[in-house]
Amino acid sequence: MKASSQPKNEQAKRVTPSGIEIPQVATEEMHRRQLELPGEYPYTRGIFPDGYLGRLWTMRQYSGFGTPEESNQRYKFLLEQGQTGLSVALDLPTQCGYDPVDSMARPEVGKVGVSLSNLREMEILFEGIDLAKISTSFTINGTAAIIYAMYLATADKAGVPRAKLTGTIQNDILKEFVARGTWIFPVRPSMRLVADSILYANTQTPRFNPISIAGAHVRDAGCNAVEEMAFTLANGLAYVDELLTRGADLNGFAGRLSFFFYVHTDFFEEVCKFRAGRRIWARMMKEKYGATDPKSCLFRFGVVCGGASLTASQPYNNIVRVAIETMAAVMGGAQSIFTAAYDEAFQIPTEESAEIALRTQQVIAHESGIAQTVDALGGSHYVEYLTDKMEEEILRVMREVEDYGGVIKAIEQGYIQRRIAERARQRKELLDLGERVVVGVNRYQHESQNGDAQDGGVRELFRMDPKTAQNIVAKFNQVRDSRDNGAVERNLARLSDAATNDRENLMPYIVDCCHSYATVGEMVATLKKHWGEFQEPTGL
Amino acid sequence: MSLHHKRILVAKPGLDGHDAGAKIIVLTLRNAGAEVIYTGLRKTPEYIARVAIDEDVDAIGLSLLSGAHMELVTETIEWLKKLDGEQIKIFVGGTIPKDDRQALLDMGVVGVFTAEMKLAEVLATIDAALSR
Repeated sequence: MKASSQPKNEQAKRVTPSGIEIPQVATEEMHRRQLELPGEYPYTRGIFPDGYLGRLWTMRQYSGFGTPEESNQRYKFLLEQGQTGLSVALDLPTQCGYDPVDSMARPEVGKVGVSLSNLREMEILFEGIDLAKISTSFTINGTAAIIYAMYLATADKAGVPRAKLTGTIQNDILKEFVARGTWIFPVRPSMRLVADSILYANTQTPRFNPISIAGAHVRDAGCNAVEEMAFTLANGLAYVDELLTRGADLNGFAGRLSFFFYVHTDFFEEVCKFRAGRRIWARMMKEKYGATDPKSCLFRFGVVCGGASLTASQPYNNIVRVAIETMAAVMGGAQSIFTAAYDEAFQIPTEESAEIALRTQQVIAHESGIAQTVDALGGSHYVEYLTDKMEEEILRVMREVEDYGGVIKAIEQGYIQRRIAERARQRKELLDLGERVVVGVNRYQHESQNGDAQDGGVRELFRMDPKTAQNIVAKFNQVRDSRDNGAVERNLARLSDAATNDRENLMPYIVDCCHSYATVGEMVATLKKHWGEFQEPTGL
Repeated sequence: MSLHHKRILVAKPGLDGHDAGAKIIVLTLRNAGAEVIYTGLRKTPEYIARVAIDEDVDAIGLSLLSGAHMELVTETIEWLKKLDGEQIKIFVGGTIPKDDRQALLDMGVVGVFTAEMKLAEVLATIDAALSR
């Protein structure tokens, strides 16, 4: 933002990527006050008194591709390598609510994640993996309620008590409308589905996170760290408002809200983004909403290191970027970390690149020593200065959204979308002008590179089995032919009835549909009949 | 730059929701003087071809990051042929592996752009293709 208007001379002020002034030396007078201890409100220094000493962060690598059988093999491999949680990537048809046989789905079946169109596919995905012992995270939004219901049905069939399930569904539909794009229904019924799943999860799976409010995708779409945190906190408050409207008790659900962010390479800004976000959320919950349970004020978050900060040019440099980002996540107090593989900018990671990504976290956890004391950066003049400044700026952006009329209106009318697009354009312009340096892209290129290094000459390229989509479609047809279609129709009809009554929680109906092997496409089509589809504002 | 009075449709075929690149291209082309229409997400090749013809555009930019580019670009070209819109030029942007880039160019696509290319280069390629 401010960076683009800076005069290009020696006297130009140095600013962080979000435009916050960087002092040559930070001093005591530049920040506010004495800090509370870690584990004390408002949790600037972390939500736990003992930081990572009691429990290390969860190392959770995002993966999944092709058939459930192929992904099941990859998960077993990752678990053998010491990974402590699974993170399921789903293909776009599953995310957007189309069955693999739908003409809209056909070119994308099994491409960017695993296909999970019905319970049979999920049973295969977790075959031989004890759901009571592993925490599973699903990056799913538009169809989150359905995939969560399918997970419950899988556990039911495997004899695992629901209360033992741990994990997360992303279930953050608001950011899909502005950045990630796997929306299905209009904003308001989508909010109902989110509230239904959170309320149901509170009673059925008390150790499961029914939402992960994500800034990661708006960040990757181009906005800066301040906007990432501000838009995400604003979305978080919109969910709180929705749940309160439904008559839920704040202290009953607030403790299970969790968050998810990107970490890019600017180390201190990323650390301070998390410290500021933790403080703002705690204050909002306590001072604005009157939370009385300290757990309701805890800002718990996972991160992904990589994304748009990674380059297709000179891809091995990405290993270094991810290491820096992981250190920032740890100093910022993340509860779970996903490190992207160096080849993520151009392909599904290979086993080799996925392993290096996990090893990066393990080196930081067990060799670097940075997690041996709690909030090692706390009290640094610069870190406290930047934390205060980030807090001010985040609150300013949140007020701008509020002044526009709140998040829901800002999304329906495309206000946030336009802001992100313009920021993305500026960010690209700064890169092209060389004002934002990215090593290997606009500085220190190889002569042979020529701006044309899409797969960077890496040793191993991932190859998708070309028969994958065919196999998925064949299995899908088998399931449809062998299930009890009468039961499916009855369950879909009950879901349809329930959808017409706003006060009814849809989750039990969706779980029943899943149990009878109703497909994602069938359930979505049933709800679309009542709710229609989101109309995307395309004006820029 | 002679993009003034050129009409360009920027489209997102398939289910991919990554639209940052498409939107950057919309804004960049518009700043360069072109009239730009953006379809939004999740459009079929048939829909894109029909809009392109109805709107009488000079070119279509297809943005794809999901790996489904070969199928969806091929289908868009086929629909243009079917609807007598062969004169409309196509350029493609996104996560496109090297081998596929050449294949797309061989199919008649006028430019294939990736995230790390300079926008000036992207504009110059489109400009050259539309001035031919």
